[in-house]
Amino acid sequence: MSFTLEDLKTVSNLARLDLSDEELAQMVGNLNKVLESFRGLQQLDLSGIEITAHSVDTHSVWREDEPRNGLSRAEALSAAPASHAGLFLVPRIIE
Amino acid sequence: MNLCEISASQMRELLDAKKVSAQELAKAHLERIHRLDPTVRAFLKVCDEIALKQAGAAQERIMQGETNPLLGIPFALKDNMVTQGIETTCASKILEGWKPPYDSTVALRLAQHGAVLLGKTNLDEFAMGSSTEFSGFFPTRNPWDLARVPGGSSGGSAAAVAAGMAPIAFGSDTGGSVRQPAALCGVVGMKPTYGRVSRFGLIAFSSSLDQIGPFARNVRDAIWAYEASAGVDPNDSTMQDAPYDSQIAHRPAKAPKIGVPEQVMNEKIQPEVRALMQNAIKSLSDAGAVIEQVSLPMIEHGVSTYYIIAPAEASSNLARYDGVRYGLRIEAESASEMMRRVREAGFGKEVKERIIIGTYVLSSGYYDAFYTKAHKARTLMKTQFREMFSRYDALLLPTSPTTAFKIGEFAGDPMALKIADYCTIPANLGGFPAISINAGYSGGLPVGLQLVCDSFCEQTLFSIALLAESVLGAPKMPELVT
Repeated sequence: MSFTLEDLKTVSNLARLDLSDEELAQMVGNLNKVLESFRGLQQLDLSGIEITAHSVDTHSVWREDEPRNGLSRAEALSAAPASHAGLFLVPRIIE
Repeated sequence: MNLCEISASQMRELLDAKKVSAQELAKAHLERIHRLDPTVRAFLKVCDEIALKQAGAAQERIMQGETNPLLGIPFALKDNMVTQGIETTCASKILEGWKPPYDSTVALRLAQHGAVLLGKTNLDEFAMGSSTEFSGFFPTRNPWDLARVPGGSSGGSAAAVAAGMAPIAFGSDTGGSVRQPAALCGVVGMKPTYGRVSRFGLIAFSSSLDQIGPFARNVRDAIWAYEASAGVDPNDSTMQDAPYDSQIAHRPAKAPKIGVPEQVMNEKIQPEVRALMQNAIKSLSDAGAVIEQVSLPMIEHGVSTYYIIAPAEASSNLARYDGVRYGLRIEAESASEMMRRVREAGFGKEVKERIIIGTYVLSSGYYDAFYTKAHKARTLMKTQFREMFSRYDALLLPTSPTTAFKIGEFAGDPMALKIADYCTIPANLGGFPAISINAGYSGGLPVGLQLVCDSFCEQTLFSIALLAESVLGAPKMPELVT
């Protein structure tokens, strides 16, 4: 399994990264070395093994559904690069 | 006596005996930071005013007769734990200038204990790295040799404690990011069991692996710091309310049974590091420990497993940096173009590579080949370790395969640097608590010894670490500062 320039362009688009040609060229080489390092794992016999998503047992945590204070609107917007009328302001979404 | 070179426990005695005030302690540390840090560069931000204000409040509590281990003790916090109103950057340009509107649980708890915040320490951007060279701002230097790395990603916290700029610091450990820099800087570094310390306000890297842990110059101080930070928090639903016995933790263990995996005593480990492990094994045996060689073949697959799971989770966690709610913004015609430009300009090379790897292993067609396999390998790793913990109180491993390497030594080789986490990753994958203590010096550079215990057995871990520390001797201070 190897990683081509086309794969990288597809994945960088999914990840919303606007990589330069120089970055793309350098990254392809690096990523193939990383993929190569996964080879040992591909050879492990993992049939019948359950997956572990959490290292320790997790359980649902419940609380009473009572109103409580969170951040105020002003606090939530305090670090926004752009806001208007109490809302986050972004450039045009529908193209 | 130099107030910056004594342990937190000794500072406690001086504070309680009114021989020194919390303000004097804070001032001594701030003065030392301003003198040494232009060279070491452990701090991204020094909080002079806040520290002196908190020290004043702590001194009032002391004068009223209150005492608790960290009251009036200065500390430093890795800059991936949010602090209300204090710039928190995660060493990334994408968060430069961001002042969080709330406190992380750890910051809040330490403030409640009366600990005094000196500043925020440097890290590899978003905690992705093992050398602190990938900070978006500048690399931190190892106080033992300024041409070398302090380890990472919590390199700033480790260097600060090693250089006497703080007696205690906190870091986060996703694949070894507390223990490895502790080893390379010659201090104590500890990763608690996953679920012991709240991750609320810890900027997420890999949510199933991240855990906050303390640095200190001796085990007792590390226990105090751990105890002040641990305990269930309703804001982190992955926490567990498991018992912990502080009395056991503070007593050196007698005749513990310890396994040493053969997979960490081979050519992957520098011969000098292995030799110091053998010394430590002999000293511990002479002190009554029963030590046997064991086999844990899955250790060999830890790095690959980790470099699938951690980037996968990171690619999802870092999707939130989109220029909308906080952080960097670069204007563009459309929202999606704005996001691309923000992420391209704001993230460093290492972060982009990990986002790409993570997105790739999660993408359709590759999910089962990589991500599912890694999660199954994680099960095998955990099973092998758990089986060992049914027979042994702890496992002993080197913390890092090498001593501190030179800044830039591994530039251009993406896997060489990742091997630095070979001995530390298994504890993260299994959720086990682990500690690194100094085992001696090779070529003038510190070497760390790691102990790993079963989940929620912190008291056993600390008690064996106390025994090990008593036979190995207290760590030294680097010459830079003496």
